[in-house]
Amino acid sequence: MMVGSLISFPRDVTTENSVRTGLMSSAISVSNLHKTYDSGFEALKNINLDIHHGEIFALLGPNGAGKTTLISTICGIVNPTSGTILADGHDIQKEYRAARTKIGLVPQELTTDAFETVWNTVSFSRGLFGKSSNPAHIEKILKELSLWDKKDNKIITLSGGMKRRVMIAKALSHEPEILFLDEPTAGVDVELRRDMWNVVRALRESGVTIILTTHYIEEAEQMADRIGVINKGEIILVEEKSELMRSLGKKQLRLQLQEERKAVPEALAKYGLELTPTGCELIYSYDAHKDKTGIASLLKDLDKAGIGFNDIQTKQSSLEEIFVNLVRERK
Amino acid sequence: MNLHAIRAIYLFEMHRTWRTIMQSIISPVISTSLYFVVFGSAIGGRIPEINGVSYGAFIVPGLVMLSLLTQSISNASFGIYFPKFTGTIYELLSAPVSYFEIVVAYVGAAASKSIILGVIILATAALFVPMRIEHPFVMVLFLVLTAVTFSLFGFIIGIWADGFEKLQLVPLMIVTPLTFLGGSFYSIDMLPPFWRTVTLFNPVVYLISGFRWSFYSVSDVHIGTSLGMTAVFLVVCILIVRWMFKTGYRLKS
Repeated sequence: MMVGSLISFPRDVTTENSVRTGLMSSAISVSNLHKTYDSGFEALKNINLDIHHGEIFALLGPNGAGKTTLISTICGIVNPTSGTILADGHDIQKEYRAARTKIGLVPQELTTDAFETVWNTVSFSRGLFGKSSNPAHIEKILKELSLWDKKDNKIITLSGGMKRRVMIAKALSHEPEILFLDEPTAGVDVELRRDMWNVVRALRESGVTIILTTHYIEEAEQMADRIGVINKGEIILVEEKSELMRSLGKKQLRLQLQEERKAVPEALAKYGLELTPTGCELIYSYDAHKDKTGIASLLKDLDKAGIGFNDIQTKQSSLEEIFVNLVRERK
Repeated sequence: MNLHAIRAIYLFEMHRTWRTIMQSIISPVISTSLYFVVFGSAIGGRIPEINGVSYGAFIVPGLVMLSLLTQSISNASFGIYFPKFTGTIYELLSAPVSYFEIVVAYVGAAASKSIILGVIILATAALFVPMRIEHPFVMVLFLVLTAVTFSLFGFIIGIWADGFEKLQLVPLMIVTPLTFLGGSFYSIDMLPPFWRTVTLFNPVVYLISGFRWSFYSVSDVHIGTSLGMTAVFLVVCILIVRWMFKTGYRLKS
């Protein structure tokens, strides 16, 4: 997929952003947002969230956590029960035109006009968002998303991955400054997922603010600048990705033993070691940011106890593990 | 005013018509032609003139109205129901368009289609029966007013419906009976006094009567009353649509 030229959107967001740095309003600013559905289900509880201009923000959370409700509320598809939402400083209800013009949305479900052609449906989206027709721009988007040779095909004839691209093309047709991607890579094969990531990165390069929700932690880990975790309608954490990884990330030291063991030797009980079921590996968990990690004394004590090892490995816990722990803690 | 959006929706809807031309235009023309053949030519020859108009010519305005009503409703209801059904409505709801613009575009497209259809049916009718249009301006006014009003009514049904069954229910169970009993095929003067009074509660009576007046200067109720009643129905529909969008009824949770 050719993604490099996505950066050349005829817009000057990057310079605008550099002027705004620090003082300017956020790309998205949510305050005291509540949403209770008619059924009585409280989907969002007092959400406060600021998305910075030009960042990639990943919203993580288990199924039913409120990710889609939050996005839908910001985009005007769901009415908030209370609270305010600003998009680039514009209230999404009082100044909905100004706010919505800036936003592009790629929803989770593959909902497209089955009997329309790719070209027509993408052009339609541009008109709907109040932009005068610009075939050159549509052509560029379709080419960059590898849809150009399908432009006259009816959408019903396209594969799932192609439909996903069509939905992205629709969202980009009106040159949004803020792009919401709700589970952009759900049910998409590995190759297409990598392609999508490249598209997202290229868009960010061009100054577009991107908010994505995902189940794939790997996705957030690779792409996001900041990560928000939502669970049961509450934002439980918003942090720089690197900070999150650092502060919550535990490290593990794995020792490949020379001889199989049935239990952890008593002399080493204070280290809280784990023995793998095969009995060949000892695992020591430690906090890499403490002054004393305990590794040196562990190795000494191992030597004292006469336990030999062939190999040593250390491993940083992944975002997935961090996330699972976070959600478990709050339960 | 987001004119680009109105244009985009309008053209999108009109394009849908050409894509489904058989069901949108040709099938109503065929079924109306059958009415003319059966009621106008075959049976009509044995029925005496009504108010000095031959029976075949007498039913033309009623038949045009019948198509105009049912097609306006089905065009508009389907136009807004289908995006709800497929989920593509998300785009409409997240776009910088006002409710007014959405209604103008959808109702405008639905009304355009049924007006085109009405004209085609009139032309078809002219092939079967001799007819005249004495008040062409009033005729056009009624055509447009009815198309717009009932497209708006269809739009309401499309938003209200949460299944294809409901989408069919109102046109089939309410509109078709009202049209048949609204004087499409007879003058309500022919009814006994009691039923005549009952019939006056049927809004379709005023449409057909007014429309027929524009052809032959004969009517069941005064032309002013007809126009007034149509306008009242239009205003009621506008108020309902306004309320629906304000509350997000069946569109937003």
